[in-house]
Amino acid sequence: MIEIPNEVGDWIGQPRYEEDTEFDVERGYIHTTCSSVENGNPLFWDDKVANELTDGPIAPPTMLSVWFRPHHWAPGRKKQAQPLQIHFDLKEKLGLPEAIMTDNTMTFGEPVRPGDRLKTRQILRSVSEPKTTKLGQGRFWEIEVEYTNQRGEMVGIESYTGFGYRRGA
Amino acid sequence: MTQLSIDQIQAGDELPTLSVDVTPTTVVLGALASRDWRPMHHDKDFAVNRNGTRDIFLNTPNQAAWFERYVTDWTGATGRLGKMQFRMRDSVFPGDTMVIRGKVTNVSTDDSGCAWADLDLAMTVNDKITTSCKARVAVPSGSGDNPWKRRGSDWQPNGPGNSNAKANGS
Repeated sequence: MIEIPNEVGDWIGQPRYEEDTEFDVERGYIHTTCSSVENGNPLFWDDKVANELTDGPIAPPTMLSVWFRPHHWAPGRKKQAQPLQIHFDLKEKLGLPEAIMTDNTMTFGEPVRPGDRLKTRQILRSVSEPKTTKLGQGRFWEIEVEYTNQRGEMVGIESYTGFGYRRGA
Repeated sequence: MTQLSIDQIQAGDELPTLSVDVTPTTVVLGALASRDWRPMHHDKDFAVNRNGTRDIFLNTPNQAAWFERYVTDWTGATGRLGKMQFRMRDSVFPGDTMVIRGKVTNVSTDDSGCAWADLDLAMTVNDKITTSCKARVAVPSGSGDNPWKRRGSDWQPNGPGNSNAKANGS
């Protein structure tokens, strides 16, 4: 397995890919997500309840990552954009063609509301020594994603642990 | 919908079980609802031949949505999630019956007066845990309290002694 390149070492602790999400938070996706898990929480379906409890409609907190996932295609885009780009950068730089996520921590701040435009940034926190699992040989890494709204309020922080690997190696 | 307050919750309480028969539509709808276009969540050939799994499988964001729905089915709309930690141990495939169970591990009130229930949750298939989850959910401390109204230092999703100002919305 190749050593960790200096370039990758330099990424650790450095915010990268600071960007605006591609579209405003919108209720279509909120309802589609609730529908996908049969979530009948009236906060997301009944404006009267939302106005009373949350001062207006909000998105389910666990939808955080939905808002920063890029479109599958967009005009002028030459290469498919990837969510959690650092994860894909690590696969490439470390020569590990396959990867899965093993752990995910989400901390929720201010509620996300329809019409919000979020900003995100990604921070690589760590890369492990080589490990062998039932999937193959590879490395674990931890990536943090911070989300703020258009007022600069933190709406959430996600931490992902990924395992990049080569099958049967 | 029920609206639990902290005086109705005790450590050791078990949440009602949720059972879901997973279909290809469950997986694909969940992936697309969460804007996850990766092929292992809609293309069986890719999942089998590239990922080495037996079929397409539920993606992580949709599992989070299932857990959220499970927790707030129990608390009611005044329940406000503060934090969720998952560990994915195995995958959930079409044809599986996914069962979610949960237990209260602790109840507490922080220094702002916010009442919290800590939960251990498990997504299982055939009694084998596929994803374990620890969740921290705020519920009303009494009549008139609403966790959703908390802001700044009155919202401490990381718990006492582990403050994360960045997550406080301040």
